[in-house]
Amino acid sequence: MTDKAQQLQGDVRPVRRVLRLPRVFSSPFGASALFVARQLLRFALLLVAVSIVAFVLVSVSPIDPVQANVGQAAYLNMSEAKREQLVQYWGSGTPIWERYGAWAQAILHGDWGTSLRFNAPVPDVLAPRLASSLALMTSAWLLSGVLGVVLGIVAAVWRDRWPDRLIKGYCFVLASTPTFWLGLVFLVVFAVWLGWFPLGFSVPIGVSASEVTLAQSIHHLVLPALTLSVVGVANIALHTREKAVDVLQSDYVRQARTRGESTPSIVMRHGLRNLALPALTLQCASISEIFGGSVLVEQVFSYPGLGQAAVTAGLGGDAPLLVAIAVLSAAIVFVGNLAANILYGVIDPRIRTRRSSLRVLRRGELLAEEAGERRPDA
Amino acid sequence: MAVSVETTHAPHQHDARREHHHHTHAHQSQHLGGHHLLQVEGLGIGFTMYDPGEPRFFKARQLFVPVIHDLHIAVHRGEIVAIVGASGSGKTLLADSIMGMFAPNAQVSGNIWYDGVKQDAASLAALRGSSIALVPQSISHLDPLMRVGRQVWGRGAGDKHARMARQRELFARYGLPEAAARLYPHELSGGMARRVLLCCALMDAPQLIIADEPTPGLDPALAQVALADFRDFADAGGGVLLITHDIELALSVADRVAIFNQGTVVEETSVASFASPHTLAHPFSKALWHALPEHGFVAQPVYGEEGAS
Repeated sequence: MTDKAQQLQGDVRPVRRVLRLPRVFSSPFGASALFVARQLLRFALLLVAVSIVAFVLVSVSPIDPVQANVGQAAYLNMSEAKREQLVQYWGSGTPIWERYGAWAQAILHGDWGTSLRFNAPVPDVLAPRLASSLALMTSAWLLSGVLGVVLGIVAAVWRDRWPDRLIKGYCFVLASTPTFWLGLVFLVVFAVWLGWFPLGFSVPIGVSASEVTLAQSIHHLVLPALTLSVVGVANIALHTREKAVDVLQSDYVRQARTRGESTPSIVMRHGLRNLALPALTLQCASISEIFGGSVLVEQVFSYPGLGQAAVTAGLGGDAPLLVAIAVLSAAIVFVGNLAANILYGVIDPRIRTRRSSLRVLRRGELLAEEAGERRPDA
Repeated sequence: MAVSVETTHAPHQHDARREHHHHTHAHQSQHLGGHHLLQVEGLGIGFTMYDPGEPRFFKARQLFVPVIHDLHIAVHRGEIVAIVGASGSGKTLLADSIMGMFAPNAQVSGNIWYDGVKQDAASLAALRGSSIALVPQSISHLDPLMRVGRQVWGRGAGDKHARMARQRELFARYGLPEAAARLYPHELSGGMARRVLLCCALMDAPQLIIADEPTPGLDPALAQVALADFRDFADAGGGVLLITHDIELALSVADRVAIFNQGTVVEETSVASFASPHTLAHPFSKALWHALPEHGFVAQPVYGEEGAS
C-alpha cells in the first residue's frame, strides 16, 4: 500500500515541478507582480465577457429601436427611404457580430461611440450621470455600512434582550420591503406631507447648472440615498450581528473577560478588530446590491444617474450607451471586490503571505528554545 | 453561621489526617492570616431552561437543571489543588463562578470567601484578572488579530510603560524572546503560546491562579515545564486551582486532590492519601484508585454503591 502510494507520489511530483512558476515569481516583489498580472487579466476578461453579453442581449431584445424611438404614428407615415436611413442609423439591420466587431475596434482606440438616443458621444452622456450616481451610491453605501455595523454590534451585545429584538424586528421588516415601495413611502411622507425634501431630480427646477449650490445638491440627494441605505442596513446589520455573536462567544473574548476587561473595552479592542474582515466582505459585496437598488431608486425619484440612463438605453435599444454602462458598472464592482481582497491582507496577518513573518517565527522559536534551556530552576 | 465556619481556624497547621472544613491538609497547606486563600462552601449552580424533551415546542415548560450542588473546596496558600473530574462534568462552570462570571439563566447558591472576605458576584468580578487569574487551555484564547505583546499588557491598572516593562520582565522570566511580543498568535509554537497565556495571567500579580486543563496538547516535556511553573508560583506563596481530567497528572503535581463527580466534590484530600485505598474515604475515590493503571485498571460498579450510601 505504502509503496504504491509512494509510487503515485513519485509520479505526481515531476508534473508539479513543471507547473511550478518561474523563479522570478518566488521573490516577494515577483509575488505581487504575479498578483497584479493575474488581476489585470481577470479584469480584461470580465470586461470582454460583459460587453459581449450586453450586445447579445440588445440584439435578442424584442424592441425594434427604430419604432421605439420614432414613435408609432411617425413610423407609419414615414417614407421607405427614411425608414431605411433610420435602420442604418440604429444599426438594427446589421448582424450582431459585425456591430460588436466595429464597437470593439473603436473602443480599442478609445472611442466609446455615440449614444443614439441622446445623439451625443457616450462619455458626454455618462459623465454627469456617473457623478450624480456615484454621489448617491457612495453616501448610501457608507451610511448603510456604518449604521449596519453599529446596529449589528448593539444587537449582539444585548443579545435576546429588547435592543436586539427591536433591531432584529426592524431588519426583518426592511429586508422584506421592496426598495421602490419604500422610496414611494418616503416621498409621500417627507416630500408631500412634511415638505422637507424635493419630490425628485438632482437639482432644483429652473436653475441653470452653473448656479446649483452644493447644499441644493445634497438636499436633493438625501431622500434617494436614505432609501437606498435603509434597505442595505438590514442585510449588513443581520450579518454583523451573527458574526459579532460568534466573536463575543469566542475563547479570546472569554479570556479578556476573565482578565477583568469590561464589555465596552472588549468590543473596542477585540470586537471591532475581528469584525473588520466580515464587515469589509459584506461592504464590498454590497456595492453590486447598491448598484442594482440605485436603478429602481433613481427611477422613483427621477434622479438622473446611471440607473436611469441604463433604463432609457435598454428600452430604446441604444447599444453603445447600454454596453458602456454595463462595462462601467462591472468595473466598479470589480474594483470593489479587488479592494476587499487587498484589504484582507492588511487587516488579517494570517492572510498576509509574508515570508518575513515566517522568518521571525523561526527565529523566535529558536530563541525561545534556547532561553527555555537556559532557564534557572527555581 | 457561615462566617463562624470561616473563623474557626486557630491552629494554622493541621494534622494531615484531621478532617476540617470538608477537607484534609497537605504538608504545603498554609492558613496565612488564619483563613484559606479561597474557600467555597455549599456552592450550587443550576440553569432554568425549556424542557428539551417536550415535543410540543410552544408548550415546553421551564425546567431547573442542577449542574453543581453542595460543592466544598478550599485552596490554601502555597499549594496546588487539583480538581479531577470527567470532561464536561461542570468543572469549567466552577472556574467561571469563582471568577464571578455567571450565565444570565444561572441560579447560584452557596458562599465563596477570598482571602478571608466573603464575596458576591460583583466583588468576584472586581477580583478577576487582578487577584484571581485564569490560565486557559488553548491558543484560541488569544485574539488572532492582535500582536501578542498588546494582549499581554491587557487593560489592567498602571500606565502603559509600567505594563510594557512588566510584560518584558515576565517574558524574560519565562524564556520568551523579546521579539515574540511583535508576533501574532498564529506565529507562536505551542510551547510559546502556553507561556504567553501564563504571562497574561501573571501580569497583575494575582494571588490565585485557576488553570483550566493547561497541559493537553503539549508534549510531555513541555507539560512538565508548565507544571513546574505552577509549582514555582505556589511555592512563592500563591494558590493554584488546577482543573483537569487527568488523575495521574493531578497526583504527580498537586498537593491535594479534589475528586469531582456528578456535580460535587466527593472527597478533597492530600495526595498522600492516594497511597492506599484505605486512606480514601469515598467509594468513588476508592474506585478511582483501583482504576489507576498501576493498580490494575479495575473497573468497579461505583454508581450502585453510591446509591446505597
